Amino acid sequence: MSFQTVTMMLLEGFAENGLIFIMTLLFALPLGLILTFGSMSSFLPLKWLTKTFVWIIRGTPLMLQLFVVMYVPGLLFDISMPGSLFGIRISPRMFSALIAFVINYAAYFSEIYRGGIESIPRGQYEAGQVLGMTKRQIFFKVVLMQVVKRIIPPMGNEIITLVKDTSLARVIAVQEILWIAEEFTAMGLVWPLFYTGVYFLAFNGILTLLFGYIEKKLSYYRG
Amino acid sequence: MSILDVQNIKKSFGNTEVLKGVGFALEKGEVLAIIGSSGSGKTTLLRCLNFLETPDGGKIIVNGEVLFDSEDRKAHNEAEIRKKRLHFGLVFQSFNLFPQYTVLKNVMLAVELLSKERPDYKENRAEIRGEIEASARAILERVGLSDKTKAYPCQLSGGQQQRVAIARALALKPEILCFDEPTSALDPELTGEVLKVIRNLKSSDSTMIVVTHEMEFARSVADKVIFMADGKVEEAGTAEEVFDRPKSERTRAFFSKKA
Ligand SMILES: Nc1ncnc2c1ncn2[C@@H]1O[C@H](COP(=O)(O)OP(=O)(O)OP(=O)(O)O)[C@@H](O)[C@H]1O
Ligand SMILES: [Mg+2]
Repeated sequence: MSFQTVTMMLLEGFAENGLIFIMTLLFALPLGLILTFGSMSSFLPLKWLTKTFVWIIRGTPLMLQLFVVMYVPGLLFDISMPGSLFGIRISPRMFSALIAFVINYAAYFSEIYRGGIESIPRGQYEAGQVLGMTKRQIFFKVVLMQVVKRIIPPMGNEIITLVKDTSLARVIAVQEILWIAEEFTAMGLVWPLFYTGVYFLAFNGILTLLFGYIEKKLSYYRG
Repeated sequence: MSILDVQNIKKSFGNTEVLKGVGFALEKGEVLAIIGSSGSGKTTLLRCLNFLETPDGGKIIVNGEVLFDSEDRKAHNEAEIRKKRLHFGLVFQSFNLFPQYTVLKNVMLAVELLSKERPDYKENRAEIRGEIEASARAILERVGLSDKTKAYPCQLSGGQQQRVAIARALALKPEILCFDEPTSALDPELTGEVLKVIRNLKSSDSTMIVVTHEMEFARSVADKVIFMADGKVEEAGTAEEVFDRPKSERTRAFFSKKA
């Protein structure tokens, strides 16, 4: 099999990884913020419910969560996953994978957000208050930008982990890049397995540069 | 009529009673210095005046308007409290500047946000912004920082940061400006520039309350002095009365420790 064929077939697999990556970010970034507000709520039942949920999601393997989303709705509730998302045709397996990834990463992101928000000194809020700002204004005009600056490094780590984690979708038979490479291996071709590393390294290389750029952009001030 | 009338303010945190009934009155343009040992409740008093804490008892009256009355049990919403706050300004010991904004923006931000509530904001947007910027620049000039408008707080010395914080508070034109130990986070050689700014404000007729450990400064700038001990006003009077002829034994003991 030619180098070019392998490259193209692996690339097709990697498109699945890319889809999981993009969709997870698209939904988990905002969902994480909602979880953060829940876990910081002064309404205690909501707070504890959110915290327990986040604890369960962070305390169990993503692989287990993939299995649960894949099998439980169908076996227990006779629900089947839809075959498209925003008009894009995707397999029901892929749909299950996306649900598991979004929930899992939202939980992680929410903890990063919360850490960022809680790291802002109380004096910043009080300065806003004595200057007559509303709670909203304090959050959006004073706190938010400082939180963003503080969470960029941990978010960068988490997002790079996400790139690698997308391969876990193979456990519910999503035909992502490692699945394809393994098929080559079964045919006696080992090098494509190593070749997949190039895809991950290239993708993460770009992300690393991107996060480095954002960090630099925000380094115009300290504190 | 006094510009500020504070009556019998009480405040407890859990079981510790921090303010046990503090009261004083202030005329327009007067400077009040509050002195007293650590833990006597000075910061808590300023925080009550600025509605960062809600007193358990007492009254706060500004220009005849009752801003706070513990007898009046109706709950106050955020918008009302916000409006009441604007009678006061507070300069913190640790500056609390907004690190992501330039000096100019630090001074302008709150005024800009407030101006959005003006009915004519939409029509006269550019003009209003221009006025706000001009006045911010004028205030920065008054605190001696007109060459630092574009700098970020992290690029300034402590004394300069505190002067920005003073400018930021002044921009909202509070009737009463409070300072909580404005120089105690500063190196000794930087306290002078901040005290000079406060001194200049006095000559421009601002009403001020200054919590301070700088006795020389308090004596020279204050019209009235309060010595606080254990959450109470132990001694009050003019600077001469309190510094030169203290009646209370505790006040004398405090000064002899300082000297
Ligand atoms: N939020 C709070 N919760 C519990 N106790 C508090 C709180 N704020 C202040 N206190 C206590 O109230 C007392 C008075 O504190 P405060 O900060 O008003 O004193 P101070 O006169 O400003 O002292 P210093 O000169 O050290 O600044 C202290 O014993 C302090 O521990
Ligand atoms: Mg204090």
